[in-house]
Amino acid sequence: MKRALPGGRWLILPLLALRAVTPVAAQSVDNSTFLATLGELREASYSDKEAIVERLSKTGHPSVRAVLTAFLDDRLYFRNSDQQVFVVKSADADPLTLVDPLSLKETGSAPADGLTKIGTNNGLRSVLRSTVARFALSSPEVSVRLDAVREMSKSLDDATAALLRQRLTAETDSSVKNEIATALALSALDGANPADRLGAVQTLSHSLSQDVRNRLALLLDKAPDGSFAEKDENVRRAATAAVGTIDGWRTFYSGIETLFFGLSLGSVLVLVAIGLAVTFGVMGVINMAHGELMMLGAYTTYVVQLVMPNHIGMSILVAIPAAFLVAGLTGVVMERTIIRLLYGRPLETLLATFGVSLILQQAVRSIFSANNRSVITPEWMSGSMRLNDALSITYNRLYIVVFTLIVFLLILLVMKRTRIGLDIRAVSQNRTMAKAMGIRTEWVDAATFGLGSGIAGVAGVALSQLTNVGPNLGQSYIIDSFMVVVFGGVGNLWGSLIGGMSMGAVSELLEPYAGAVLAKIFVLVGLILFIQRRPRGLFPQTGRAVDDK
Amino acid sequence: MSTVSEEPEAVNGDKQVPGLWRRSTLVVRGSSGRHDRGGKWFLRLLAAGTIAVPILNQAVPASSVFHLSAFGLTLIGKYLCYAMLALAVDLIWGYCGILSLGHAAFFSLGGYAMGMYLMREIGPRGVYGDPVLPDFMVFLNYKKLPWFWYGFNHFPVALLMMILVPALLALVFGWFAFRSRVTGVYFSIITQALTYALMLAFFRNDMGFGGNNGFTDFKDILGFDLHSDGTHVVLLMITAIALGGSYLACRAIVESRAGRVVLAIRDAESRTRFLGYPVESFKLWLFVFSAIMAGVAGALYVPQIGIINPSEFAPINSIEVVIWVAVGGRGTLYGAILGALAVNYAKTYLTGAFPEVWLYALGALFVLVTVFLPHGIVGVVSKRGKEK
Amino acid sequence: MSGTPAVSGAAHGSHKPIRNKRLYLEDLTVSFDGFKALNNLTLYVDPGEMLCIIGPNGAGKTTMMDVITGKTKPDSGSAWFGDGVNLLEMSEPEIVAAGIGRKFQKPTVFEQLTVFENLELALAGTRSFLKTMRARISPKQNERIFDVLEIIGLTDQRDSYGRILAHGQKQWLEIGMLLMQNPELLLVDEPVAGMTPHEIERTAQLLTSLAGEHSIVVVEHDMSFVRSIARRVTVLHEGQVIAEGDMDKVQNDPRVIEVYLGV
Repeated sequence: MKRALPGGRWLILPLLALRAVTPVAAQSVDNSTFLATLGELREASYSDKEAIVERLSKTGHPSVRAVLTAFLDDRLYFRNSDQQVFVVKSADADPLTLVDPLSLKETGSAPADGLTKIGTNNGLRSVLRSTVARFALSSPEVSVRLDAVREMSKSLDDATAALLRQRLTAETDSSVKNEIATALALSALDGANPADRLGAVQTLSHSLSQDVRNRLALLLDKAPDGSFAEKDENVRRAATAAVGTIDGWRTFYSGIETLFFGLSLGSVLVLVAIGLAVTFGVMGVINMAHGELMMLGAYTTYVVQLVMPNHIGMSILVAIPAAFLVAGLTGVVMERTIIRLLYGRPLETLLATFGVSLILQQAVRSIFSANNRSVITPEWMSGSMRLNDALSITYNRLYIVVFTLIVFLLILLVMKRTRIGLDIRAVSQNRTMAKAMGIRTEWVDAATFGLGSGIAGVAGVALSQLTNVGPNLGQSYIIDSFMVVVFGGVGNLWGSLIGGMSMGAVSELLEPYAGAVLAKIFVLVGLILFIQRRPRGLFPQTGRAVDDK
Repeated sequence: MSTVSEEPEAVNGDKQVPGLWRRSTLVVRGSSGRHDRGGKWFLRLLAAGTIAVPILNQAVPASSVFHLSAFGLTLIGKYLCYAMLALAVDLIWGYCGILSLGHAAFFSLGGYAMGMYLMREIGPRGVYGDPVLPDFMVFLNYKKLPWFWYGFNHFPVALLMMILVPALLALVFGWFAFRSRVTGVYFSIITQALTYALMLAFFRNDMGFGGNNGFTDFKDILGFDLHSDGTHVVLLMITAIALGGSYLACRAIVESRAGRVVLAIRDAESRTRFLGYPVESFKLWLFVFSAIMAGVAGALYVPQIGIINPSEFAPINSIEVVIWVAVGGRGTLYGAILGALAVNYAKTYLTGAFPEVWLYALGALFVLVTVFLPHGIVGVVSKRGKEK
Repeated sequence: MSGTPAVSGAAHGSHKPIRNKRLYLEDLTVSFDGFKALNNLTLYVDPGEMLCIIGPNGAGKTTMMDVITGKTKPDSGSAWFGDGVNLLEMSEPEIVAAGIGRKFQKPTVFEQLTVFENLELALAGTRSFLKTMRARISPKQNERIFDVLEIIGLTDQRDSYGRILAHGQKQWLEIGMLLMQNPELLLVDEPVAGMTPHEIERTAQLLTSLAGEHSIVVVEHDMSFVRSIARRVTVLHEGQVIAEGDMDKVQNDPRVIEVYLGV
């Protein structure tokens, strides 16, 4: 680092000064002191142990926190043979895995009866808890501090409360501040002064946590003799209001969560239907093999992961264009060999493409076996984002929504802003006229079908992250995707988007009451009824052109 | 009435003397089946088979090569039920242009109605020995029989339900669909969704229909042991009679003026409407009749096969029926039956000999028939006949 | 009843049916996506009259037919058949049963049925499924079919399938099917499109012979044909009547010339 700043002598001085207070410097000095102090714990009385813990914490040794945490968890032992102190990995195991208290590295194992546990009692544990929490509270990581506050709030006593109060003045992060305030208010609920309790209840009414809500509800409990757990009426009134507020917000957020679930499910529906919206909506071709084209996309993802096993994170990104090509080319071949011969005979197209779907399914069975293949979810897609106590969002759901919107916008862009999109729309509206104007309609047909099929492949990549990748993958989505297109209105991309999203939302809304299968049945039946009321869907094409004889 | 493939010249023989007799000649048309040569052959074969089957099974000793085994009986019974289902689909698709991708639903509902009777018939002989509740209900902790199971211990009630349930579903569904002018592929797609929804529903344990295991382990029907060849011979003969009867009924419809209206609807729907025909009501009648045929076929299928479960509702089953009809030749009644028999024989053979190949073959059949043989086998044969 | 009964044609302001007209269309408006296919159209047809309607493409001729036959429902306006039948409240089959027959622009006969069967289906009378299941042709009906076969000149082709008829024969068969229903009002959409001059002449004779017994509305582009049959001509433009009268009057009307020639 010094070499990186040649000639900056005035810079080096403060850097050296900084270095003196870093733990690295302390370690070299205090390793032996630390060990010696730790050693004293073996023989000390409980009251002495408290003092020792205090001294240990003052050494500033980097492993103090870990060692004290272990002590708190009854994982601090000394070896009978040489009186050396160790942290053990888990107190339940035998033999015990030993961890060196200085380096915190594993140093082998020993049978449990060759070691003696360094005991704790309630008083000592309380000291330990506050000491450990104090360490965590001063951590530079916001999340560590948050966890520490949450941990402390579970069993708050005067000592820890004092600690928190102290921290509150120094704390800069608002989420930690809120958390501390909540913790303090929770402890203040047990206070003797009704005014304090009232203030605490008011503070707590801003919380969203289920624990806080339950704690407040406890105040309103009636004992068998008719007296309330909370004696003061004003406090009780405030508590009732606070419980109501919290419940209201939690309902609101769970509504948002359901909506989000619905959107993500809807995104899947949109994704599987959008390719169909192109082939069915624009070309009027009923492609029953659409599901199998998605299946090809999912298998492409699987193959890509086989090819690049060390770059799973990247594999999905590679799989998207690959799946587009595989499914798209399959679509073009289908169009040139079969569908071309059946234009204007939609029912026949339906049957022929169903035949293709059977062949594709069996081909996949022959090549990959009938068993499901496992596609790995990359790390960046797992886990969830916690927005507050009542709402967290999983990344894979979030990505599917974003992905769907991107795919949708791209298709919209292709259809509305590019030459090929213009050609596709021209051919779909008036084939003869388009031909007369020099558009190569055959080429446009192949391209349109290829585009729709390619999108199915891309949808397959997304599906590989959500369901089992097997030969039946397509079948389970084909009916859904047809329903979305028909519901939204054939030939209308926006209709498919809104149709799919609302179908997803409705299923999610029904699910808590009816269960997943029944919700699906309700949605299907609802759609069957809907189509019979509005045979042309949500956004029908109007005018004379569609008025068939 | 003529069939699609029949050449116009055949009924045009007396055009040279129009003026002389035209006012006195009444053009007689009726359900005599005058032009139905293929159908007559089919009916003769069916009658011969119905007589031959009991002899081959009961009288011919088991050692003889001509003996018809129990397996053979079941197989033929299954084919005949499928033929009836194909007839049902052909009547609405081939003649009226309504492509239902949900006929397996009616077939299965008929089958379930029969299955419910057969389950009740088991009585206390089930594994759990409950006198009323079928085994699966005991297993699923049912305390009492659900209301919709009442009466199924009486065969006449069950018989009524085999007809009524598919008919009612077809009536309600068809009424909504035809009234709102849901036609063409839209109709196909929602019928597919219908059978899919029913499949999901019947897979649920708390529907009261045995969940994914469905009904099986039947003991007897009307007191006759379902494990004896004799019962199966009789069931087979009943199926043959039902098939023959359905055939005659369908022929009566398509050869009547109503049949000509139906063809007119298929070829020019709004024109027919402008002639004043209530197109929706014609479609509805035909659809309901077709659903009843499918339901009866399903009801006859279950005791012979010995099991019914929700996978019978699977959309692919409905689509397979359509391909039987397409292969045989839609728009000709005997074509549908021919197709059902041919494709199913091929299926039995291929799934046994080359299980890998079957789906490829079925897939290829779908593609080749729709692209190259729009009138199926019957179309090929009659074209040959014309060229001679 | 507030209008002046004797005035035929565009009598704006009268909204109640007037006596003695076969068809009353008043203030009809139909729009598709904002485009007005019919714009306050008002038109009357006398009993036994042959009315010819001409007008450039998109003038609303077919839409008007669609409204009369119940295929399209107007946004506003009224349509009465005779003095007591409100067409807007009826379904297509009901309108047919009331006595309105329509011949489509594109000839649509049933191609998989014979000429005789085509006429049989058009036979006035039973329409329900169960009744048609049992229906037989009575000697009288047979007579009627042969009468119509003679009128349309297809007696020799009675057992030929619809699909093998020549274009002109299909047009006549369709007119024949209309006659079978014995309608009081015949709507005929472009009857001579694609016909040979000989066929056109034959069609003109046919239609002229039918007028008097039936009211006939003919929509046609062929001016010489219209001249040969028309007693009264109505010109539609942008969903409105712009001129009316005999052929000479209409052809000299400056607005008509402007619309047709763009002068």
